[in-house]
Amino acid sequence: MKKTLMKGTEVIAESAIQAGCKYFFGYPITPQNEIPEYMSKRLPEIGGVYLQAESEVAASNMIMGAAATGVRVMTTSSSPGISLMSEAVSYMVGQEIPTVVVNVMRAGPGLGGILPSQSDYNQAVGGIGHGDMNLIVLAPGSLQEVVELMGEAFDLAEKYRNPVIVICDGVIGQIMEAVEIPERETKSAYDPTDWAAGHMDKRGTSVIIRSLFLNPDELEVHNEKLRAKWLKIVANEKKCEKYMTDDAKLVISAFGTAARISRSVVNTLRAEGMKIGLIRPILVNPFPFDEFESLLPVCQHILDTEMNLGQMIREVKAGVKFKIPVSFYGRSGGFCPGEQDIENECRKIYAELA
Amino acid sequence: MTEKTMETTTEKAVYKRPKSWKGVHTHYCPGCTHGTIHKIICEVIDELGIQQQTIGVAPVGCSVLIYNYTDVDFVEAAHGRAPASATGIKRTNPDRIVFTYQGDGDLASIGAAEIIHAANRGENITVVFVNNAIYGMTGGQMAPTTLLEQVTTTTPSGRDPQNAGYPIRVCEMLSTLAAPAYIERCSAAKQQHLPALKKALKKAFQNQIDGKGFSLVEVLSTCPTNWGMTPLKAIDWLEDNMRPFFPLGKFKDFDEGGK
Repeated sequence: MKKTLMKGTEVIAESAIQAGCKYFFGYPITPQNEIPEYMSKRLPEIGGVYLQAESEVAASNMIMGAAATGVRVMTTSSSPGISLMSEAVSYMVGQEIPTVVVNVMRAGPGLGGILPSQSDYNQAVGGIGHGDMNLIVLAPGSLQEVVELMGEAFDLAEKYRNPVIVICDGVIGQIMEAVEIPERETKSAYDPTDWAAGHMDKRGTSVIIRSLFLNPDELEVHNEKLRAKWLKIVANEKKCEKYMTDDAKLVISAFGTAARISRSVVNTLRAEGMKIGLIRPILVNPFPFDEFESLLPVCQHILDTEMNLGQMIREVKAGVKFKIPVSFYGRSGGFCPGEQDIENECRKIYAELA
Repeated sequence: MTEKTMETTTEKAVYKRPKSWKGVHTHYCPGCTHGTIHKIICEVIDELGIQQQTIGVAPVGCSVLIYNYTDVDFVEAAHGRAPASATGIKRTNPDRIVFTYQGDGDLASIGAAEIIHAANRGENITVVFVNNAIYGMTGGQMAPTTLLEQVTTTTPSGRDPQNAGYPIRVCEMLSTLAAPAYIERCSAAKQQHLPALKKALKKAFQNQIDGKGFSLVEVLSTCPTNWGMTPLKAIDWLEDNMRPFFPLGKFKDFDEGGK
């Protein structure tokens, strides 16, 4: 596929298809309605299945059923709809089902607004659902990165048999950029016939895809198994970008579109000779704590900027082990932190640095 | 053990547990009809030869452990969501036989939206709806199908429609939809009603094999423990109270030209 000008929501959809996802169950919600619309047209073209569910509750349970049979399947929604999926997501972690959910984040809380935000970071890294559980969380910063990360999302979900959530701020969902979506060979890290439902004829024996273990001994063993799996993910998976941080006295930390805006600020202030850089986590759960630690001792101060009132900042402070000050600049209501405003904050902080 | 002995004697086996029965005793209460219904489903699965193609979707309720007794692939659903999970499974694996097994709380309360929309889309699945007019597993609270004046732990003075509305007739309600291919209400309480139940369940599974669309069998069932009765009294109570309100019979059947 050559470079094409596409909208973010359509990039999410087409990248998933190129990653081998032929099945989509979803529900309309702004600002991601283009995804079910795109899927409804595109999936029948390739012999896939598109179904508009009656709610996000239903959609999340439909993907749970489908994923339990080992197929690549996805749903997408936006903030309030993701909240409706919390029960199913917890079940999918307990059942060790690989699946991909995309949140095109809008401003909250509650019905909120339809303009972009990053205010579901906490929801995602908190696992969305109940119980001791973790989701693998990816946060793309551009449409070309969406292309790359959608494929990775499915690969990671299958590699670890764990749900993956891709959090795109609403800007990513709605902007248009030229992207290249390569046709991918779907490489499965596993053969689902040994664990998935629907393969009894190949296996000879039946399986039960379950998260219920009434016996506390069994349930504890199961939880320890999930924890061991999470620790493996923590040890093996990391994705973080560091831009001009080697000699940076002040580093901006941000993800998604906030990072994109911040990159321009770094460029502007570097041109004036200020030693400033940007650190951009892309895999935000597990979080790249050691990348933050590696900024020390050169970095004296971090400015964290988000399209929310301060969520990732919690991890940032832990990443630098509370050794240096971490300031915050963020907007809510659907606003992006402005380039000029971030720049002003940086100048104020930098003037006080050694 | 028993079979080996039979082969070496002049006795003839006239009854065996179904092949797809997992061969363990159930945990259900004395007088509960789940065991009977599970067994009939296993017989149907064996007779249709679909054990290895079948995927059951287990509910939340007393019968969450159906997979301990029925030897086919199972997926646990969240409470009420079995029709949605079944939709996901069937749409992506159309050659598998997918059935849900749900109680009245699961199907008619929290799952009301999911069952209506699965039925309305005419999903080619089989739904077994076990109606005992009460919440069993959680200890006897009111269900959507609880009868007026019926005493439960959350209707201690009996169900009052001013407060808690009226019992819901699921078969009647779903039969107003165009898509469902087959809807029938049966009973598992009395022995004489079991052949009709088996016939209905077999039809509900055969319909899926034939690609006819959505089939649902509602099964009136006893819950002696939570009704606070002996098993025999529970059967009488079902006959005297549930059957007049929830009449047995067919509500929809594409085979009889009823569209």
